Formats: sequence, structure tokens, C-alpha cells
Amino acid sequence: MAGGDKVKTKSEQIANHRKKKRFTGKSVSLAISGWILALVFVLPYIHMLVTALKPLDEVLTIPTMYTPTTWAWDNFTGVWKEIPLATFIKSSLIISLAATLIVITIAVPAAYYAARHNFRGKTLFLLLVLTTQMFSPTSLVIGIFREIVKLNLVDTYLSLILVYSAFNLAFSIWILTSFFKSIPVEVEEAASIDGCGRVRILTRVVLPLAVPGIVTAFIFTFIAAWNEFVIALTLTSSPEREPLTVGLTSLIGQYQVQWNYLFAGSLIAIVPVVILFISIEKWLVGGLTAGSVK
Amino acid sequence: MKRSTKNNLGAIPWVLPALGMILVFVAWPAFEMIRTSFQEIDFTGIAKGWTGLENYRTLFDNPDLNPVLIRTLFWVFGVVLVTILVSLPVAQLLNAKFFGRTVVRWIVIIPWAASVVMTSTIFKWILDPYSGILNRIFVDLGLINEPRDWLGNPPEAMLWLMAVAVFVSIPFTAFVLLAGLATIPSDLMEAARVDGATSFKSYREITFPLLRPALLVAAVINLINVFNSFPIIWVMTMGGPGYMTDTTTTLAYKISFRDQNIGASASMATINFVIILIFILLFLRVSKWREVTK
Repeated sequence: MAGGDKVKTKSEQIANHRKKKRFTGKSVSLAISGWILALVFVLPYIHMLVTALKPLDEVLTIPTMYTPTTWAWDNFTGVWKEIPLATFIKSSLIISLAATLIVITIAVPAAYYAARHNFRGKTLFLLLVLTTQMFSPTSLVIGIFREIVKLNLVDTYLSLILVYSAFNLAFSIWILTSFFKSIPVEVEEAASIDGCGRVRILTRVVLPLAVPGIVTAFIFTFIAAWNEFVIALTLTSSPEREPLTVGLTSLIGQYQVQWNYLFAGSLIAIVPVVILFISIEKWLVGGLTAGSVK
Repeated sequence: MKRSTKNNLGAIPWVLPALGMILVFVAWPAFEMIRTSFQEIDFTGIAKGWTGLENYRTLFDNPDLNPVLIRTLFWVFGVVLVTILVSLPVAQLLNAKFFGRTVVRWIVIIPWAASVVMTSTIFKWILDPYSGILNRIFVDLGLINEPRDWLGNPPEAMLWLMAVAVFVSIPFTAFVLLAGLATIPSDLMEAARVDGATSFKSYREITFPLLRPALLVAAVINLINVFNSFPIIWVMTMGGPGYMTDTTTTLAYKISFRDQNIGASASMATINFVIILIFILLFLRVSKWREVTK
């Protein structure tokens, strides 16, 4: 026994030694490549931040300076007065939150039923959902515009809320179906024996277990609505209804673009969303590729 | 673990709202768009009656169409190919263990989470002929003698647009491939190493073949996304000068909302619609989605 242990320790030592050696060599070069990669992806946004922190006269110098001589931190307070940022944010928040709530309310029962029951037309239903996921509203923008004109909903929040809900249902149904499937059916059977009805089982037993899935669907839909551009560009015409993406870019067309405020506004719109997105990172790929990566 | 419902009507309250939303706000616009493409529409949007293939004839008579079609092919396949070629090593790197990997992964997510409109805006500013930082860097490095208008020359502008499209497509693609890499059993790689396979050989013989499903899914989803891509071109060049950096997606939008030729635009969009449908059928074949719905 003792001898065996000794041998093991020795081979472990060798293994550890090799591991350590690999750590210093390969691992350092991996870390360097990784950090260079990160730098490439973050640099444009750092330049965005640097521009947002320049006073306007420094923004427009030719050639431009790498860093501001005076760091105009007050741009982030001034931006609210220089451009109607609060109005844009209000529109974006109303539209995105309403669309997200509709999606969750509709997707949860559909996904739950599809996960637990077989019904005629289920395959067709899921195929329709998947096809919807593939169609971006961009490809249908002309049809959407004509429909919204017929419904007399042009330049309303409601038009954007309804279109965003419809196009984002698919992802939520997919991801929630797989979440509901992962909850053992025995849990529900136990509740059923205890005399719970179907709706009660869903609200009291299943939903609490599916919270991570619902959070993922919520955040994803919210961000997709928050970032949408083409439909908002087409369906809104007054600045009071324009969400952030349209409102901010409409500033570019003006006589003198106040890039520092434009980017300060952009960063205020981007940063919270990136943090939300990172928080659901591990669920995203599965939902987008509909579980086909196996 | 499925209960068969005796009565298919039981599915209706659970599934109908989702089905309704998709039919009203996805299927109806598609139908409306196709219908419009066969109608004469005046500039106020009122239908004047059926015209058969007249709108398609107008579209094909447009001398700008052929260059746009060729450019779209170049745009879609160029962006997707480069995206995948870059994402393969990026995914490999993000899968390796190194110091700070989690943070690097978070940073790589930023362009995926940030709105493409805002990412395009910062690139437009970086490439600005007067105050752009790229001109400053290139002049300082001695690569160019005087500032250039990077987006002024159409073929060159196209390459910049494609570079931005690759930039925003890499995060999603790398994460799909990363999910694929995570499914490859580590003992398989270990066995190959023990058998004396070089890392290149084990990549070619083991990793790459096992990664194929993920690769195909990433390719098809990217084909659809890049084909539908609108904000990059719209923000950075508006398809100009003239139609010289337009793709079929931005062209359809321009014909309709700028040139007010709704019929011709609907026929362009219908052609785009059919192309996307073909991509979707390709996706369904590739992704074995049936396994998921069972």
C-alpha cells in the first residue's frame, strides 16, 4: 500500500511538473492571444467612450486627437439637455417592456403545452415558430408597413409593440419548451395527486422551476426590441415616438453632428443591455440554434 | 414523457394566442407583400388594381439591379466565409483555459449585445474623412500620406462595410462553435494525444468533423442574418454613392421608402423572401430540428 502510494505520488509529481511547465509556456501565450482578441472587440467602444468625453470643439479637430485634453465628464449630464435622450429612452422602455410582457404571457402557456402534450398539428406549429425565428422583420418590412397603414397604427407605440412581440415569440417558445421538458413530469404528478388543477400546477409548481428560462426569454426579447432599427425607422415619424436606435441616428443627418453627445447617449443605451446579455450568455446559443448543436 | 390529449381542442387555449400573433404579424405581412408585388400602387400607397408581372418587369429593367445582385452575392458569401474562418480559431481560443478567460468571453459578447446601429455609427465615425481616428493612426504610422475618404470609393467602402458585418457576426458564430466544442469528449483528444497525434492532426481528424453540425448551423443562420442585414449599410453609406453599395435588402427599402415605387419594391422584397425561404429549408435539413420537437 505504502509503496503504491509512493509511486502514485511520484507520478503525480511528474504530472504536476509537466502541468506547471505547460502552464508557463502555452498558457501564457493563450492568455496573451485571448487578451489581444478582447482588445480588438472592445476598442471601437473605447473610442466611443473617448469621443463621448471630448468637448465639442475637440471632437471636430482635424486631425483628431487620441485622447481629450480636457475630459468632459459633464457630457454625460449635458447630453440629457442637448438631445431628447430622455424621450428616446422612455419610448424604448415602453415599447421593449410591453413587447416583452406580451411575449412571456403568450409563450409560457404555448411552450408548456408543447413540452407536455401531443396534439394534432404540433409539428406544424413548431415548424411555423422556427420559420418565424429565421425571418427577421427586415425582410417583411414593406408588408408590415402596409398592414400597419391598414390598421391605422402608423407612428404609434402599439404598432412596434405588436410587431416586436410577434417576431420574438419564436425564441422564447423554443427556449421555454426545452426548460419545461427538463422539469421531471413526476413533480407535476405528485402535485396532481395532491389535488392541484392544471393551471394551479403550472403557476405553483412548474413556473417557479422554470424561472431561469423565463428570465432568459425576458432579457433576450427585451434586448432584441431595444436594439431593433428597421421597423422603428419605418413605422415612426415623430421624435416623441422614436426609440433610441432611430432617435440617436437621426441626429447624424443634421447640419452639425454633436458626436460627443451622440456617443454619450449610445453608451447609456448600450452598457446596461450588454450587462443583461452577458448574464444570460450560457442559454443564448441553445435557443438560437434550436438545440441543433448536439 | 408526454400525455396524449384525448381531445385536440384542449390545445387551443394554450397555443392559440401564439399562433394568432404569428399569423397576424408575420404571415399577414408576408402575404400582403407578395400581393402588393402584383398590384399597381400609387405613391400614396393606394392599390389601383392588378398588373400581373409589371412590377417585376420594372424591377428587372432597372439598370442598377444586376450590379446590386452581384454585390449581394459577394456581400453574403464574403462576410459569412470570413466570419466562419475567423470564428474557428476564436472559438478554439475561448474554449482553452487561460487567465481571465471569463472576462475575455464577456468582452467578445459586446458587439453581439450592442445594437448594430450604434456599432455601425462608431465605425462611421472611426472612418470619418476629416476627424476619423483611422486616418490619424494611418498617417502617424506612415501608411498613408494624407487623410482619405474611406467610404467615398464604392468598392473600398464595400470592403469596410463587410469588415463591420464580420465584426458583428463573429461573437454569435464563435459562441455557436464554442457550444459545439464543449460537446467533444475530452478523453477523445487525450487518446489522440497518447497515440502521438500532433495538435494539427487531431484538430483535422477529430475536432473538425465533430464540429461540423455546429458549423453548418452557424453558416446557415449567418447566411440569413447577413442577407437581411440593413443597419450597417444604412448608417455608414445609405447604399451610396447612388446604388453602388446597396444590397437587395437596402435596395428594396430605398425603392419603396425613398423612391416611392412600392410595387417594384415589393417585387424585390418578394424575391428576397423566396431566397430566405430557401435558406430556411436548408437550415431545417441541416439542423435535424425534428429531434428537438419530439
